[in-house]
Amino acid sequence: MTESPASLLLVLAVLLPFTGVIFGLLIGGRHVRTVALTTVALGLAVIGGIVWHALGTCSGSGTAIEYVLGGWSPPLGIRLRADGLSVLMLLAVAVVISLVSVYAHADFAPHDSGKETRAPLVFWLMLLAIWGSLNLVFVSGDLFTLYVALELLTFAGVPLVALDGRGETLRAALRYLLFALLGSLLYLLGAVLLYGAYGTLDIQLLSQVVRPEALSWAALALMTVGLLAKTALFPLHIWLPPAHAGAPAAASALLSALVVKGSWFLVLRLWFDVMPNVVTLSAAQLLAALGAAAIIVGNIVALRQLRLKLLIAYSTVAQIGYLFLMFPLAFGLAFAGMDSAPALTGGMLQTISHALAKAAMFLAAGLIYLTLGHDRISDLRGVAQALPMTVTALALAGASLIGLPPSGGFLAKWLLLSAALESGQWWWGAVMLLGGLLTSVYVFIIVVRSLAPAEAGWMPKTRVPQYQQMAVLALALSAFLLGLAALSPVDLVQLGRTPLSLLRGTP
Amino acid sequence: MNTATLFGLCASMLIGLGLYGLLTHPHPLRKILALNVIGSGIFLLFGAIAFRGAAAGMNADPVPQALLITGIVVAFSASALAVALLLRLFEVTGDVSLANEDPAAHKDTSKDRPHD
Repeated sequence: MTESPASLLLVLAVLLPFTGVIFGLLIGGRHVRTVALTTVALGLAVIGGIVWHALGTCSGSGTAIEYVLGGWSPPLGIRLRADGLSVLMLLAVAVVISLVSVYAHADFAPHDSGKETRAPLVFWLMLLAIWGSLNLVFVSGDLFTLYVALELLTFAGVPLVALDGRGETLRAALRYLLFALLGSLLYLLGAVLLYGAYGTLDIQLLSQVVRPEALSWAALALMTVGLLAKTALFPLHIWLPPAHAGAPAAASALLSALVVKGSWFLVLRLWFDVMPNVVTLSAAQLLAALGAAAIIVGNIVALRQLRLKLLIAYSTVAQIGYLFLMFPLAFGLAFAGMDSAPALTGGMLQTISHALAKAAMFLAAGLIYLTLGHDRISDLRGVAQALPMTVTALALAGASLIGLPPSGGFLAKWLLLSAALESGQWWWGAVMLLGGLLTSVYVFIIVVRSLAPAEAGWMPKTRVPQYQQMAVLALALSAFLLGLAALSPVDLVQLGRTPLSLLRGTP
Repeated sequence: MNTATLFGLCASMLIGLGLYGLLTHPHPLRKILALNVIGSGIFLLFGAIAFRGAAAGMNADPVPQALLITGIVVAFSASALAVALLLRLFEVTGDVSLANEDPAAHKDTSKDRPHD
């Protein structure tokens, strides 16, 4: 086992946010924002250290960062492991979390009277809890730890949905919770079946012993369906729009940009790392077919929305669809004996650029709501006058969702499109292009409406602090400039990963 | 039929019953209970697997029991959170139905400043 200082950073990445939660809870409502912001700053340094180390090993040994808890190695002990996928997700989540906390600095300030108030307390604690559980999802190397991490993520997400305590948001939160609980129980059932058959839950050990047989297929199906319910892939998406659109802007950004990615990442781990030799191409095609349906239905329903926040929420439903197109592309390439790495990189870029762009859009919608006092799409006049930076951010984030160069969305779709053509699955390429077209329609509608001049004498309802606008713009710019990652000399995604074709044992 | 198989079959029945209840009952409290029945089924199955000692050919396998305890704690917190939400929903709206697809909900669904 290679233990370096970077291994300890993995432990810190999980421990630090949860320490912040406990500390914030003890110190209480008035100082919770200070505690949260300090934790976020420290956490950023930790993640920065991990990324620095990963970039160093990328050109050197090329091994994943590992930490064996208490020195007990698997199968008895638990291993934390960060490969290229984990490091990239850790970094993306850290960026979104820190910019969302900059934005939320004003929205969730302590009450003037100095009394403890519920909304800021819950928001800041849950922000840290979401961060800690996501980091745990990215670095755990065993299926049961992943189950606990997933549940923690749900428990942190549900209170955010019901943050303002109105009836309809409580209802949305309860529906979300019921979906998520069924999802994690199905996942747990799959994990239990795997343990019964192979006697281990460690991802690496399991991938060596798992065989393509009825029990593995059943376990994979149960776990995947459970995770799809949590990820809100069509047709299990019905809980998402009310839950994400009803929450306050900063909470919606966290839920839509980050929380759904946790369970998606787990599907990725299962299919690519735990059971690559169990997966069949037709199963991957089914997953992508659901993704394609999500893209078409989500985008069309988004077009019909009258409210900005609901439109953005339905756009998330559609964008989640894109995340599942990579599965048949990567496995198709691997089956044909070709390099599947571009498809995987494309999928990762799609996730990260969606996380950045969607957070920017929800935060922008929040600022627009504050300025206008409503978010009716038909009446966005004057927004560009009052909030020039926010409308720019909205346009840049929209460009990334559509996939215009040089955005992250463009590079992701480019990699996925070429993978589709190379593996002879042009139909997924067609779905991507149609989805991009539908997305561009609603992005243009929003931007054009908000560029319309306001009536004479119109005044914004609230003056929005400049730094909130800058946080939104920073998120949108990172999504837009992510495409420049293509110029980067190191291939971080493949750090510590075995190529899919080798794992499968097929030529 | 040996003991492990019997327990395994009971577990499958519990999971099936729970799933049926979850899908057919519209009342949220019944759904929460159904989720607990599914959970008990899974825990029973895990117990049966531990009993079988499938892993290493031992008489009984301690790992599933350790995991079970964690699983039970997680399931308990989940139920507590769900029931708390349900109670609050009833306090606020006087109703516990999960269907909210009335047109009024689409008219004004977003409010951004948090209130207390």
